[in-house]
Amino acid sequence: MADPILSVRNLHTHFFADEGVVRAVDGTSFDLHSGRTLGIVGESGCGKSVTAKSILRIVERPGRIVSGEILLRRKNGSVVDLVTLPTDGVEMRGIRGGNIGLVFQEPMSSLSAFHTIGNQLIEAIRLHSRLTKPAARARAVELLAMVGIPRPSQRIDSYSFELSGGLRQRVMIAMALAAEPRVLIADEPTTALDVTTQAQILELIRRLQQERDLAVMLITHDMGVIAEMADDVVVMYLGKEVEKGPVDAIFHAPRHPYTKSLLRSIPSVLAEPRSRLATITGSIPHPFARPGGCPFHPRCPDRMSVCETSVPQEIVIGENHATACHLYTRVPA
Amino acid sequence: MLPYLLRRLGLAVITVWAITVVTFIILQLPPGDFVDAYVAQASAMGTAISAAEADALRHAYGLDQSLWVQYYKWLSHIVHGEFGQSFEYGRPVTEVIGDRLWLTILLSIGAIIVTWGLALPIGIYSAVRQYSIGDYIFTFIGFVGLAVPNFLLALIVMYVGLRVFNVSVGGLFSSDFQLAPWSWAKVWDLAQHLPVPMLILALAGTAQLVRIMRANLLDELRRPYVVTARARGLAERRVILKYPVRAALNPFASTIGYLLPYTVSGSVIISVVLSLPTVGPLLLHSLISQVMLLGSTIILMLGVLTVFGTLLSDLLLMWIDPRIRLGQLK
Repeated sequence: MADPILSVRNLHTHFFADEGVVRAVDGTSFDLHSGRTLGIVGESGCGKSVTAKSILRIVERPGRIVSGEILLRRKNGSVVDLVTLPTDGVEMRGIRGGNIGLVFQEPMSSLSAFHTIGNQLIEAIRLHSRLTKPAARARAVELLAMVGIPRPSQRIDSYSFELSGGLRQRVMIAMALAAEPRVLIADEPTTALDVTTQAQILELIRRLQQERDLAVMLITHDMGVIAEMADDVVVMYLGKEVEKGPVDAIFHAPRHPYTKSLLRSIPSVLAEPRSRLATITGSIPHPFARPGGCPFHPRCPDRMSVCETSVPQEIVIGENHATACHLYTRVPA
Repeated sequence: MLPYLLRRLGLAVITVWAITVVTFIILQLPPGDFVDAYVAQASAMGTAISAAEADALRHAYGLDQSLWVQYYKWLSHIVHGEFGQSFEYGRPVTEVIGDRLWLTILLSIGAIIVTWGLALPIGIYSAVRQYSIGDYIFTFIGFVGLAVPNFLLALIVMYVGLRVFNVSVGGLFSSDFQLAPWSWAKVWDLAQHLPVPMLILALAGTAQLVRIMRANLLDELRRPYVVTARARGLAERRVILKYPVRAALNPFASTIGYLLPYTVSGSVIISVVLSLPTVGPLLLHSLISQVMLLGSTIILMLGVLTVFGTLLSDLLLMWIDPRIRLGQLK
């Protein structure tokens, strides 16, 4: 495989509250490649969105990247570690939108209701180009047409509340791609949409990815979306990645008990009618009461005594397939 | 947009009409009528007015007619800007209130501008730098400002002005200009006297608005549209000023409705302390000595001012919030 366009190495992002430290992202590593989609999956609160915000360096206080590297290969081929850049500096601002676009999970509130969508779109275009206002407006109309918005030259003067959820998410995608970034981070892009619209938005993302050779990082809690979209998958639990690998391996040969549980909890049309849907026992622990040892051990069906005391290290168990679980480590007695 | 505007205008007209009814009722409340009061006053001065003369006066003023007719006449006078004769001052009410009204409005608008000018930037700073030392300092000053009564502040400023700077703070004119006709020199004299009372009037409202702005903005700063604006590569300062501040202004604009009459009625005590020639002390005096016509006229004006302020804030909201303009929010 070619060199990754974005490479996250052992990222730790912690939130320093009065009550204690929340380790929202606690040692995550993955690569994004042009033309490929990386799915990041996990329950709510497992650090998926914070990972996305960390990459763009827009983690809100009291959160902060504690350690790790985020290596971005720029259009000219040079590599920069985003963690070392000042958050509000010219360079980092140029990368936001310019190199990495973000589509956020709530199309209802991700656009300002006080400004027309054109105003916000033209702003995104002009931040990363030298286009004049009329030229940027023409470009904005093009972008709206590209994401499949009917009558774009009229829609550009609409306010977000005049558009449906699906159209708003299309506007968000147009805005994320306004400055031709090569990486697109989509954070739960279809969660707030109905099923039909979901499929359309996913189709749009896939089409744009092919046209532009985009590296897509797709964050979701929906295994169905992962199966449909992703080439590679990272499964996260409490800020740690518990398993990662190609999508086929994750779905057909899952190794970590958490991955297996997630897959079991997908409803199936082939299931026995009126049978109970499998759920993962227990719930995500409170961020301040994080279990010792393997973070998943209180909910794990295959728990062993070692899991309570020792944090499992990631081990390679197949081609590009790795998991962090004591079932696959030989622990000295 | 137009239906919204028309509805607001219609409501404003109805409200003003209701205020005139209430004011008229207040006018009728004390026992006896103006002529009784006039007769009593005249006899106190040693002039006797016969019953026939009193009846003639009553007839002349239409006081022997039904309340409906009296109300109608009173209202039509007011519509034409004639507020009647103040018996106590022996001059038309409009003349008694006259300059005071304009000075009051000038002072009020000035105080509102100072209030906004202070509250907006401080509120923004306090929200963006929440829990910083600066935020704590402003919060502390703000609570002190809320707790200290205005008139005490006025007294302190007067005392400090006299003791430290040896200037008499008070009034809106130097003694030379008090009764002088309007001239550029008098305007300049007024301009020099305005800032201190303006500031004192503004401070209480400022403390309150800082808290409102801070709370509003803190809500807005966490909204997804702020994150997406940041993710576009917009500089932090622009992000905050263009998006969340704009949204936080909304409740701010609605406060103008009550700020306008508040700076008039709330300034009564300050005006007395600082001996400002505004409507406030006049209202206080007329209520104490039951000069009903004068008092009710001022109350009528305050009421109209409130309605006007509310209408103004409605228009302002329409201007800054497209959801209202396009009829999305009622």
